[in-house]
Amino acid sequence: MIWAFDLILLVFLVITAIISLRTKDLLSASMIFGVYSFLMCLLWAEMEAVDVAFTEAAVGAGVSAVFLIATVLRTSRRSSD
Amino acid sequence: MLESLSPSFNYWIYIIIMMIGLYAMISKNNFVKKLIGMSIFQTAIILFYVSISVKDGSTIPILYHDQIHAGHGEHHEAGHGDHHQALDTHAEDRHDSHAERGDAVAGSHYPDLIIQPDDFSNPLPHVLMLTAIVVGVSTLGVGLAITQKLYGEFGSIEESEILDTIKSSND
Repeated sequence: MIWAFDLILLVFLVITAIISLRTKDLLSASMIFGVYSFLMCLLWAEMEAVDVAFTEAAVGAGVSAVFLIATVLRTSRRSSD
Repeated sequence: MLESLSPSFNYWIYIIIMMIGLYAMISKNNFVKKLIGMSIFQTAIILFYVSISVKDGSTIPILYHDQIHAGHGEHHEAGHGDHHQALDTHAEDRHDSHAERGDAVAGSHYPDLIIQPDDFSNPLPHVLMLTAIVVGVSTLGVGLAITQKLYGEFGSIEESEILDTIKSSND
């Protein structure tokens, strides 16, 4: 575990989590949530959990972002909060 | 000072992220925002479990090729602290003895292989969290499917508007 890398990733993790919940445009919220998942994947790889990093990259950053974007495209894109 | 704080920093951030997700699940009005908050909550729990498994100065839980070959032969006297060095110095003659004994050894179970568990991070929470990630994605998929059905039914994905529609149809 590289502690400086760990600190940077954790700070960016909190920032992306807050931004994705504060944006009113749901498509950009989904994309920023994909960025959050990818940062999480980097964090697993850095914490020596390589298998979890593989799964998070494929499933978290890939499939769940696709699910969110598909839902946003089939419903409305605006959010009230 | 930051370096001494860094092991507990993971746990602080996991609490913060978990509370961000809980806040979004409770107070956001949009269903997609609620589901994003639920996913953030789930990854916070996974972050907690993976943080447990990290040890000081450990590496990924995989045996390297020369570690396996260094484990052959009479190697029982290697102590706890200096076993890395012992593995390095014995690596060459282990290779030689391996070549002498031929390929019959290669398929055996390496009875003399010495593994220090402190050198590797604990793989048990990793394996448990693999399941948790997959379960998280499936719950997200079910939630988004229900959101699409609600949009077809009510024409909105805002919680307050749907509640108003239900209330006015009841009156």
